[in-house]
Amino acid sequence: MRLFPRALIGGLIGLFLLAGASLLVGATNLWNTQLDTGMVLAISRVPRTLAAILAGAGLALAGVVVQQSVQNRLVDPGLIGTPEAAMLGLLAVTLLAPGAALLVKMSVASVSALAGTAGFFLLARLVPRRDPMLLPLVGLIYGGILGAMALWLAWMSDLVQFMGIWQTGEFSGVLRGRYELLWIIAALAVVLFILADRITLLGLGEEYARALGLNYLQTVLLGLGCVAVTFAVVVVTVGAMPFVGLVVPNIVSRWRGDNLRRNLPWVALLGALFVLGADLLGRVVRWPYEIPAATIFAVLGAGLFLWLLHNRKVRRHG
Amino acid sequence: MIEINNLSVSRDGARILHDVTLNVPPGRLAAIIGPNGAGKSTLLHCMAGLLPPDCGQVLVNSRNIHALSEARRALILSLLTQAQGTIPRLSVQDLVAFGRWPHHRGRPTATDRAITAKALARFDLDQLATRNVETLSGGQRQRAFVAMAYAQSTPWMFLDEPLAALDPKYVRDIMDRLRDMTGDKTGQRSIALVLHDLSVAARYADFCIAMKAGRIIAAGPWRDIVTSDLLSDLYDTPLRVAQLDGVPVVMGL
Repeated sequence: MRLFPRALIGGLIGLFLLAGASLLVGATNLWNTQLDTGMVLAISRVPRTLAAILAGAGLALAGVVVQQSVQNRLVDPGLIGTPEAAMLGLLAVTLLAPGAALLVKMSVASVSALAGTAGFFLLARLVPRRDPMLLPLVGLIYGGILGAMALWLAWMSDLVQFMGIWQTGEFSGVLRGRYELLWIIAALAVVLFILADRITLLGLGEEYARALGLNYLQTVLLGLGCVAVTFAVVVVTVGAMPFVGLVVPNIVSRWRGDNLRRNLPWVALLGALFVLGADLLGRVVRWPYEIPAATIFAVLGAGLFLWLLHNRKVRRHG
Repeated sequence: MIEINNLSVSRDGARILHDVTLNVPPGRLAAIIGPNGAGKSTLLHCMAGLLPPDCGQVLVNSRNIHALSEARRALILSLLTQAQGTIPRLSVQDLVAFGRWPHHRGRPTATDRAITAKALARFDLDQLATRNVETLSGGQRQRAFVAMAYAQSTPWMFLDEPLAALDPKYVRDIMDRLRDMTGDKTGQRSIALVLHDLSVAARYADFCIAMKAGRIIAAGPWRDIVTSDLLSDLYDTPLRVAQLDGVPVVMGL
């Protein structure tokens, strides 16, 4: 296997082109001679483009990990309480220790997101597997409960405004100095690439994974830990963005299968492409005003997902 | 050799196996038989180290299987279980190659690739190597999973109902190959499997473990212990062992 197959290079070139467009498009006209173009690029456009790429890749990778862990392709970590749990952690630390350093807040949010995701994972073991639609619905309810708790806490403490920012993913507020945490996702992606085989094994189910010599619990915790940190970072810096973790892994799995050693780069790349594309679209449809990337993605993603559901291959028997 | 001493196992708070003591000799095709709910599958999973016992122990090749890490256990025994949840979207070749994972843990060597190729050939999967497991028929898919367990190259192989819902052709496909493995001069395998079809068991197995209500009723060489009386008692219904063209068959009366 070549390290960079031709198709992947094509995808990367596509990402570069889109990133180039992202640098040029926005409310500010770069050709306005009265402005310092370099400054606009360095402070706003470059950070914004990088943020969309990192968040998109991270959310898509998180989707694969959760889907393999619970053996259900219709589950999206963005729709099973992970972001809500991160918000709960953020609210708690904001209330208890308002002056805490950003890294401390991040850590609390990550731990809280991990607890919330692990809670869903335990729930998933109790849900019968016959109907694959059941688990995502359970996830929606579970996420709804966590979200309601967070909203109540925010309302009681006059922090509802924060909740609004965390709930809707968009990139217009991304500036130099306010997105760098997202680079953690790049480090997590490396961890997941190393774990790729193990996460594929998780998808075979606990019994096969353990029979093939995998420390199941340790692997699940590592994987869900990566998911939790990704969501904590994304929620804090740009806000939650559902459907990325659902749509992208499903497209890659249908197109290229589940061997993650080969396909994780594709998941990351397509996640980045889609989110950057959604952000770019949000910038141009009502120029000079902006529509949040999460809103654009929810509309397009829901459509894509319905198409995927409708085109589900009928499993052959006998 | 598998030595099971005073093994008791519970699932969801209910005691399934009661004080099981059993020896299974190596190099055999050992069939675990018994009525529904006898604890056959529980015994197999406990032997494979996936279920912790309440008390007692399982020694496989004189090593306490529950004291070993998953990584070490996967070098001693392989398990074929009834796949639950989603069927993986892996090519047959990739699936069988995962049987080598306990040996290379992410860095396959030339040996691993050679053994994968051998497993594909042995199970007649060469033509299907690039096919997605999801698109195979039930019989082909089962053959691919057995090939994965075979590629794991463990001295012991445990199979939980490998023939469930398979056509006679596929039953023969799989059982012939399993029997060949226990007879192999080089790399001989010892196999224990849960079987429901008694005629298949009578034809292929050379060791019998008869279970009922969480206890071992009888265990020994198939020819010596399996009689019409034993089976009738075991299943609470009249059964008869007969010969048809020199092949043993079990019939309900």
